[in-house]
Amino acid sequence: MNSDKITKIVLFSVSFIILIVAGGIVFSLVGGAIPSFKTFGFGFITSSHWDPTDGRENYGALPFIAGTLITSFAALVISFPLSFATSLFLGEYYRNTRVAKILGTMVDLLAGIPSIVYGLWGFYILRPFLIGIGFENQGFGVLTSSIVLAIMIIPYATSLSNEIISMVPNDLKEAAYSLGSTRYEVIRYVTVPAARSGIFAGYILAFGRALGETMAVTMLIGNSNIIPDGLFSTGNTMASVIANQFGEADGLKLSSLIFIGLLLFVITGIVNSIGKLIIRKMN
Amino acid sequence: MRTIITVLVLAVLFSSCQNSAKKTSNEKVSLTAAGATFPLPFYNLVFKNYTESKGIPVTYGGVGSGGGIRSLTDKVVDFGATDAFLEDDKMAEMPAPIVHIPTCLGAVVITYNLPGIDELKLSNELLEKIFMGEITKWNDPLIAANNPGVTLPAKDILFVHRSDGSGTTQIFSDYLSKISTKWAEKIGAGKSLNWPVGMGAKGNPGVVGTISQTEGAIGYVGSEFAFAQKTQMAQVQNSAGEYVLPTMASISAAAKGNIPDDTRIMLTNSSDPESYPISGFTWIILYKEQAYNGRSLAQAEETLKLLDWMVSSEAQAEAPNVHYAPLTEDAAAKAKAILRSVTFEGKAILN
Repeated sequence: MNSDKITKIVLFSVSFIILIVAGGIVFSLVGGAIPSFKTFGFGFITSSHWDPTDGRENYGALPFIAGTLITSFAALVISFPLSFATSLFLGEYYRNTRVAKILGTMVDLLAGIPSIVYGLWGFYILRPFLIGIGFENQGFGVLTSSIVLAIMIIPYATSLSNEIISMVPNDLKEAAYSLGSTRYEVIRYVTVPAARSGIFAGYILAFGRALGETMAVTMLIGNSNIIPDGLFSTGNTMASVIANQFGEADGLKLSSLIFIGLLLFVITGIVNSIGKLIIRKMN
Repeated sequence: MRTIITVLVLAVLFSSCQNSAKKTSNEKVSLTAAGATFPLPFYNLVFKNYTESKGIPVTYGGVGSGGGIRSLTDKVVDFGATDAFLEDDKMAEMPAPIVHIPTCLGAVVITYNLPGIDELKLSNELLEKIFMGEITKWNDPLIAANNPGVTLPAKDILFVHRSDGSGTTQIFSDYLSKISTKWAEKIGAGKSLNWPVGMGAKGNPGVVGTISQTEGAIGYVGSEFAFAQKTQMAQVQNSAGEYVLPTMASISAAAKGNIPDDTRIMLTNSSDPESYPISGFTWIILYKEQAYNGRSLAQAEETLKLLDWMVSSEAQAEAPNVHYAPLTEDAAAKAKAILRSVTFEGKAILN
């Protein structure tokens, strides 16, 4: 057998394993969710009741779906100005300089911090700070979680868009300069439009990261099973409720938690597909 | 290269052969258990002592009461542990009959964070109104009327409950269901609940951490944790009308009185005038017939010996060191009687 063939077989089998693993996860999620689906049907998605008490068990995922989408979206909004500015700084203004390299490493370092550390920081530093400036009464809830999430997703949004921005052909920019554009105008009319699909992809990636984040959010969101009615309200997210309640769950409750896991999987899938669709449209 | 690999493979094979040979010749038994996290410090301590003195390794996984029951159902452990006894219908769902062995007593402590206020008396009415969300400020006239001489701040009450399922929540909500019909009707008792107000934190450490960081917070935690952390504790009213603080003595007192022979009883709201009312047993559960899944007689004997030792006065004397109340003599005697009803192929193991 020649090396070419061996490489081909190895690559094929490895990618096949990944396919089997992903398929297996979906299969077991669906299998586990069936009892819950049989009991609640699609009403599970629209119901906001979560009552695990014996004898009146009733589960609905709406508070968690709402909590997940609200915190993730708020995080995206908060992180956008920070990460967009950072990626312009790194990919355009200070490209290939020492400062950019140091800053770029720092941003990448953010991605390496375990989420429990973000959670602790939020709990011991950010929360008392928010209470101290009179912003919040008790400091747990959507706003605190979103701020921490926003910082956590900065590296994901930044590093991809920074790559893409620095890859915008110099010819294009030089042409704009030669027409008398200012630096701001080059960025506004040349760099950003040329890189927009990549920038957008970065934010989709960051949003997906925020959807699935568990530990830091669990520590800060307040874990009350209600639909948040504002930025200062407590709530709960899909990943949090699973992490919190999985240990003691059995029967219908366990099935409902797996159902939530399946929904999270589906939502992440939908977000990614929408992202891909938009990117294709942009190109 | 090839010879090195061959040697390694042979070495591994050889050593594994030796291992299994040793096991069968010496009948070396090791015990595995899993379950409730509430008695974890007590179990860790006594199992370690047991292993040191008897040479039988005991592994205990604190995976939660639900996980303990699941592990026993799946027959992957020698015994499970749970903070809530199994109701008759759950007992019937087990693959074979099981028995409950109480190992120690714990309590649920109402803890709060109000700097400078070391004495707080909470009547049953106040407990209901605070945890139902009907009283929202600490300076509420109802709280003040119950605590003359104490100046309470105009702070919001933040109720911190468990976000994970827990035997602690079970005991707490069982007590509230006994003292408040409103709670019993709207919320009920269970390991996790549909809370009317408040926020959740994970585990006893999460609840205590959140309360200690938030002025005006109130919540409930396992006594072993509250004692170790020396949190502020509220006095609650027992069914004799006395206000009592949770202590070793008042928790043990909850087990005075009539304990059924199978020890499956919630001790909350005990009628003893000295008792702390939010107390309860924690149990170890095991199959009544130990010959299952090809278990050896030696394995069954060692399991029973360990449990018999755990309810002995020697092991029980260790309980207060890790902040648990020891079993009363009556409860220990009943536990011993139950252990003597456990059989191997129909014959009693202990005598």
